[in-house]
Amino acid sequence: MNFEEHASKPLLAACGIDVPRGALAVSAEEAAAAAAELGAVVIKAQVPTGKRGKAGGIAPAADAGEARAAAARILGMDIAGHRVERVLVEEQARIEREFYAAVLNSPVSKGPLVMFSATGGMDIEEIARTDPDAMREARVDIRNGFDRAAADAMLAGLDTNGALDAVADFLVKLYDCYRRHDAELLEVNPLALLDDGRLVALDCKFVLDDSAVKRQPALESRGSEERLTELEARARALGLRYIELDGNIGVLANGAGLTMTTMDVIAHHGGAPANFLEIGGEAYTKAKPALELVLDNPRVGALVVNFCGAFARTDVMTEGVIDAWQALDPQLPVFFSVHGTGAAEAVAMLESRLGVTPYANMDQAIVAAIAAAATAEGAS
Amino acid sequence: MIVRGDERMLVQGITGRQGTFWTERMQAYGSRIVAGVNPNKAGETHCNVPVYASARDAVAECAIDVSVLFIPPLAVRDAALDAIDAGIGKLVILTEHIPVQDVMYLLAAARANGARVLGPNTAGLVTPGECFAGFMPAFSDSIFRPGSIGVISRSGSLGTLICLNLVQAGHGESAFIGIGGDPIIGTTTRDALEAFDSDAGTQAVVMVGEIGGAMEEEAAEYAAGMAKPVVAFIAGRASPPGKKMGHAGAIVMGDQGTYASKRDALERAGVRVLDTPSDVGGAIAALL
Repeated sequence: MNFEEHASKPLLAACGIDVPRGALAVSAEEAAAAAAELGAVVIKAQVPTGKRGKAGGIAPAADAGEARAAAARILGMDIAGHRVERVLVEEQARIEREFYAAVLNSPVSKGPLVMFSATGGMDIEEIARTDPDAMREARVDIRNGFDRAAADAMLAGLDTNGALDAVADFLVKLYDCYRRHDAELLEVNPLALLDDGRLVALDCKFVLDDSAVKRQPALESRGSEERLTELEARARALGLRYIELDGNIGVLANGAGLTMTTMDVIAHHGGAPANFLEIGGEAYTKAKPALELVLDNPRVGALVVNFCGAFARTDVMTEGVIDAWQALDPQLPVFFSVHGTGAAEAVAMLESRLGVTPYANMDQAIVAAIAAAATAEGAS
Repeated sequence: MIVRGDERMLVQGITGRQGTFWTERMQAYGSRIVAGVNPNKAGETHCNVPVYASARDAVAECAIDVSVLFIPPLAVRDAALDAIDAGIGKLVILTEHIPVQDVMYLLAAARANGARVLGPNTAGLVTPGECFAGFMPAFSDSIFRPGSIGVISRSGSLGTLICLNLVQAGHGESAFIGIGGDPIIGTTTRDALEAFDSDAGTQAVVMVGEIGGAMEEEAAEYAAGMAKPVVAFIAGRASPPGKKMGHAGAIVMGDQGTYASKRDALERAGVRVLDTPSDVGGAIAALL
C-alpha cells in the first residue's frame, strides 16, 4: 500500500525525524491561508506517483497570493493519470546540500537494506549511474537491528559537509521507523542539510507491506486508494483478486500462476484476455460471484474456464460455476479445461448438467474460445 | 530441498482444520509424521501421533528432520523460531500473507542455525512414491508418478498442471519442489536447481517461473553450467506492469522482473523456454 507524502511524513516525525512545517489544502483559499501562517512556501501536488516536479506539480510561492495562484493551477491537474485533489503547503527550506536515504526489503540479501547517498534529489537509478562513489549500503541482520555503530561504519569516509553525525543519527531513526511501521520501502529523497545545520526530510515515500496491514490498523486508512474499476472494486469487496484488461476472452482459473498462464496462452494463440481472476486458495468456494464478475464485463465475447486442482478441488469449483451458469443463463460461449483433484467428478457434472465436454487441454479450449469470440464480433 | 520417505516429520498446527485434513493425506501417502504441535493440546493424540506444546518439546522426545507449518500468518514467525531453535533442519512454510519483516527474521535465524526453509506461500513438495509435505495432490497418479524429471515451481496450480502434462506424456517426477509465490523466500529457484543437479535420480529439470524479481535470471546463470537439460515456462507474459498478479512476488516494476528479461537470460543459458505448458512433455522427450 502506497502512502502519499502528506501521509508518510507524520510517520517520520513520530520517530524523531525533522520534517518541514506544513498543511494539507484542498482549495486555493486553504493554500493561501496556510501560506499566510508559514511565509514562503512550496506547493506540492499529492498524488500516488513520482515525477511530480517534472509534471509541473511542485511550485514555490513567496506569499499567500502566490500560494493561491500556484494551488489554483496545480489542483485539478492530471499527473500520470491521477487528478490532483490535494496539495501540501510547506515552509521553504534553505538547502545547503541534498542527500538520498532509504531502507527497504531486499530479496537479494533476504533482509533489510539501508541505503545512503551523499548525492540526492534525483532518483536512485540516476545516482547509481552518475555518482556511484557517493552511495553506501548496509545489509542488516533484522534480529540485531541497525544501531549507531553500524551507521557510523556504513558512512565512514563520505563527504557530507560535516554532517556525518547528524546523518548517522538520522539513519538509525529511519530504520526504527521502517521497522515500527512494517515498511516495504521507506525512502527520503531529498534529505536536506539546511544552512542552519539541521537535517530535514523534504520528501518521503512510504510503502506499507500489504501482508502487515492486519497488525498496523492505525495505518490502513491513511494509504492511498488504489484506482480500481467498478468491477475491480466489487471483486475486492468479495475478497477476490480481479484485474480488468482490454481483451474479449473472459478468464476464470484457480491459482495465480495458472490464471496468468491462461492469459499468456490466450495471447500466444492470437487472442486478448479480458481479465485476471483467480479463485484459488480459500477463494475456491466463490465460483458464483466470480463468474458474475466476468460476465458483467460487456467486452467479454467468450469465456475460458481453466481449473487444475491441487489444494483447490475442481469438483467444488465446477459445481459453483454450473450453479451460477444455470442461475444467470448467459448467452455466451464457454470453454472448459478441467484437470487435477476432483476432475473426474467435475467432468461428469459438466456433461450431465450443462451438456458440455471439457477439452483435453487448455490450448484447445483457448483456441476454440478465440474463434467463438471472433465469430460473435463478426455477427454483431 | 528434496525430502525422502524415511525423513521424520513434525506438523505444527496439526489440530487445525487444514492441518488435520492434510496430515491425514500425508500419512496415507507414506509421509513419516511422528508428532504434532499445539500449545493448548499438549499430551493429546491427534492423527495417531502425540501432540506437544512446542517443537522444542517434540524434539526432546523424538528425532525430527522436517517441520511442516499449518500456522496463521501472524503466528508463523514464532512457530518457525521454535522449530529452528529446536534444531530441526528443514522447514516447509505454506502460509500466505506473512508480513515480510517476519519472513526476513525467521530466514535470518534459519541461516544462522543451518536450517533450510521452503516457502513461505508454497503448496509444498512431493517425492512421488515416497512422501509429500504440504497441500499437493500427490495421491493423484495422473499428476505424480515416480520418474526422473525434477519440477520447480513458484505456483502450486501451474506446477500441478506441468506435472499433469508430464505424466500424460509418459514421464514421471523425481520430485516436485514448490518454492512459493512471495518476493522473499527461503529456497530460491537457483537453490532448487542445485538440489536437482546433485540428485542422482533426476535426469532433466522443468523450471516454472513467473514475472517479478530476479530469481529466474539468477537460476539461468547456474543452468548455463549444468550438464542436465533444463526446460522453462515463465508465467505473466500477457500481464500488465505495476500490478501484483495474485502472488505478492509477481509484479513488474519499471524494467525490473519483466518476462523479456527472464526469457532472454534463460535462452542465453541454453534453456528452452516454452510458449505454453502443453508443450512440456514433447520438449522433455526431445531432450532425453
